[in-house]
Amino acid sequence: MSATPSPKAAPGVKEFAHDNGKNGHHAVSPLVTYEPIRVMREDGSVDPARDPGLTDARMVELYCTMVRTRIIDERLVTLQRQGRIGFHIGSLGEEATIIGSAAAARKQDWIFPCYREFGALLLRGMPLQTYVDNMFGNGNDTVKGRQMPDHYSGRAYNFGSVSSPIGTQITQAVGFAWAAKMKKDDLVTLVYFGEGATSSNEFHNGANFAGVFKTPTVFLCRNNGWAISVPASKQSASQTFADKAIAYGIRGVRVDGNDLLAVYSATREAIERGSRGEGATLLELLTYRLSGHSTSDDPKAYRKDAEVDQWKSKDPNVRFRTWLERRGLWNDKKQTELEEQAAADLQECVKVAEKAPPPPLESMFEDVFQEMPWHLREQRDELLKGPRAKGHGH
Amino acid sequence: MPQMNMVQAINDALRLEMRKNDKVVVLGEDVGKVGGVFRVTAGLYDEFGDDRVIDTPLSEGGIIGTAIGMALYGLVPVPEIQFSDFIFPAYDQIVSELAKFRYRSGGEFVSKLVIRTPVGGGIRGGHYHSQSPESQFIHVAGLKVVCPSNPYDAKGLLLASIRDPDPVLFFEPKRIYRAAKGDVPEGDYTVPLGKAQVIKPGKHVTIIAWGAMLYEALDAASQAMEKGIDAEVIDLRTLWPLDIDTIIESVKKTGRVVVVHEAPKSCGFGSEIVALINEKAFLHLEAPPVRVTGFDTPFPYTLEMEYLPLAHRILPAVVQTAQY
Ligand SMILES: Cc1ncc(C[n+]2csc(CCOP(=O)(O)OP(=O)(O)O)c2C)c(N)n1
Repeated sequence: MSATPSPKAAPGVKEFAHDNGKNGHHAVSPLVTYEPIRVMREDGSVDPARDPGLTDARMVELYCTMVRTRIIDERLVTLQRQGRIGFHIGSLGEEATIIGSAAAARKQDWIFPCYREFGALLLRGMPLQTYVDNMFGNGNDTVKGRQMPDHYSGRAYNFGSVSSPIGTQITQAVGFAWAAKMKKDDLVTLVYFGEGATSSNEFHNGANFAGVFKTPTVFLCRNNGWAISVPASKQSASQTFADKAIAYGIRGVRVDGNDLLAVYSATREAIERGSRGEGATLLELLTYRLSGHSTSDDPKAYRKDAEVDQWKSKDPNVRFRTWLERRGLWNDKKQTELEEQAAADLQECVKVAEKAPPPPLESMFEDVFQEMPWHLREQRDELLKGPRAKGHGH
Repeated sequence: MPQMNMVQAINDALRLEMRKNDKVVVLGEDVGKVGGVFRVTAGLYDEFGDDRVIDTPLSEGGIIGTAIGMALYGLVPVPEIQFSDFIFPAYDQIVSELAKFRYRSGGEFVSKLVIRTPVGGGIRGGHYHSQSPESQFIHVAGLKVVCPSNPYDAKGLLLASIRDPDPVLFFEPKRIYRAAKGDVPEGDYTVPLGKAQVIKPGKHVTIIAWGAMLYEALDAASQAMEKGIDAEVIDLRTLWPLDIDTIIESVKKTGRVVVVHEAPKSCGFGSEIVALINEKAFLHLEAPPVRVTGFDTPFPYTLEMEYLPLAHRILPAVVQTAQY
């Protein structure tokens, strides 16, 4: 490994508004691919060296998932504003980073999510109703209404369990992959996080262990420009987030995160490297959070409309759609049908979810331990025979 | 006197002390330009600049570790942890370092910070935006722990905390950030650490509470009054060191006590309070001391109002204790 200081920025790093490089000197490492990987060209052709070779049907399927994800996002924000759900945190603008990478995973590969990856879960086959029940925290919710909306689990889909603390999933994904490696199972883990999470203890630990033990892990850093109100430039003085790979002796690759095929291609390559025993890869997916951080956030307080508009023009869904249209795989009629169907499907699920009862009171005391000890039985019985809170369950 | 809510009162205290003492710095996630996710530090960035109101990288260990270093140099850092649920990446620095500096160096070094952090449930925050971890800090020798229930105390206690020689965990009950309003004097004043306040005098039973649950205790007390039970309600304000005198004096009068807190029951701060009452006023007790608390489960989302020790759960405990 050589890291020669060079007076000029590595190629490609100036292209994104939130790039760093303020230190004026940059190391260029052979471990890092600086020029963001891009597959879909403006003219509708693909970079042949990088073409993942997806069938037309698969590409259309992935596009449809991106659109559904977008419609769900928009509609859930409205439901939150109406007070019908408590919260939503989505992936508006980041759909390609999530759908593209999840699509590249093989069936046996596991996903360790952050909190924006419900699109990956839908792609992996979780029924929409299951997701919507989680948004309502009702009695049908598979996590029993215990967690906030968007904190789902998906064991049946080789998908982990969402928690709020930033970065905790990173080390877990490394350990999971490491265990699979010990057992000689051909399995790779994909772990999602934002660029803010690269500042966490867990990112350091995860990347370091992954490097030392050569675990088959793909670190998917969604660099969406912002960690709530803190810009990416304040998270790190590194020239890029991919540069962080150098210190841990793993590969770092920058990817145009709004190019679905590029995300697919780069993730696939990282999975194959992991599967061949060549260790972990850190992908820096360059994208933008078009919405607020969550429904609790008003981004107008800290960022300019012009910046948002600039990224709106790079909308990953529009980009993929245009590309599909050029190839005769999509048209306005299909778009309208898809949007109507997606909205109707969601509405139906919402209707069912709203009618469902809240989780039963006694469920609060279950799953703390496998067997309920005396003190929890006692507390449960006390709650059951006591008076009910106002507006129980709603 | 201006009316303020908790957020405004805490903001006022920070502003006042930053104007007075240029060693005071605020650091944390989103505390700068946007003024914090609850807007507690709003406007400070504009007035004091990014040297003193600092948006940090997303690392609580980084925030507290560097704040300790700043304090060793002589600054007075007031770091914010965005939710007390996210304090744990900094737990090592707080437990192993912050709490022990004075002791382990024989008094040679002192690391003095005030860690501000929102606490408690009732905002539909689920497991990780609702917890009340106060006893996990009280149990660490060397930390003071404060939790105000109203704007007047919030300002006065924060100013006292910043000027106190020891590290302070300053828990801000987020459920009443905006709901608790009241008169707050302009300018400087402090509310002393280590002093509880009798909010409602009474003679039949003592209810001990703090933070957002104080209002539930008061609600239960007024419902109990309709049943002829005159409860005394104590707001602890500072949890540690505890104002044991006020508690014992009240218990000697009433002989009956109900402790209320949001945190889980087992090894919650109520356990310590009850143990102390048993040690110091056992012969004055007319009924077994009772705890009304959160349950020993993670903090739930949908059922949060059933989990919290709200007035509907405090009232029966008060009545039973009074009639024991
Ligand atoms: C340990 C911890 N600290 C603080 C928070 C509060 N918080 C939630 S999301 C967030 C920003 C995350 O930014 P980033 O990692 O870039 O991911 P993004 O939300 O942009 O996808 C913060 C500070 C948290 N959830 N966990």
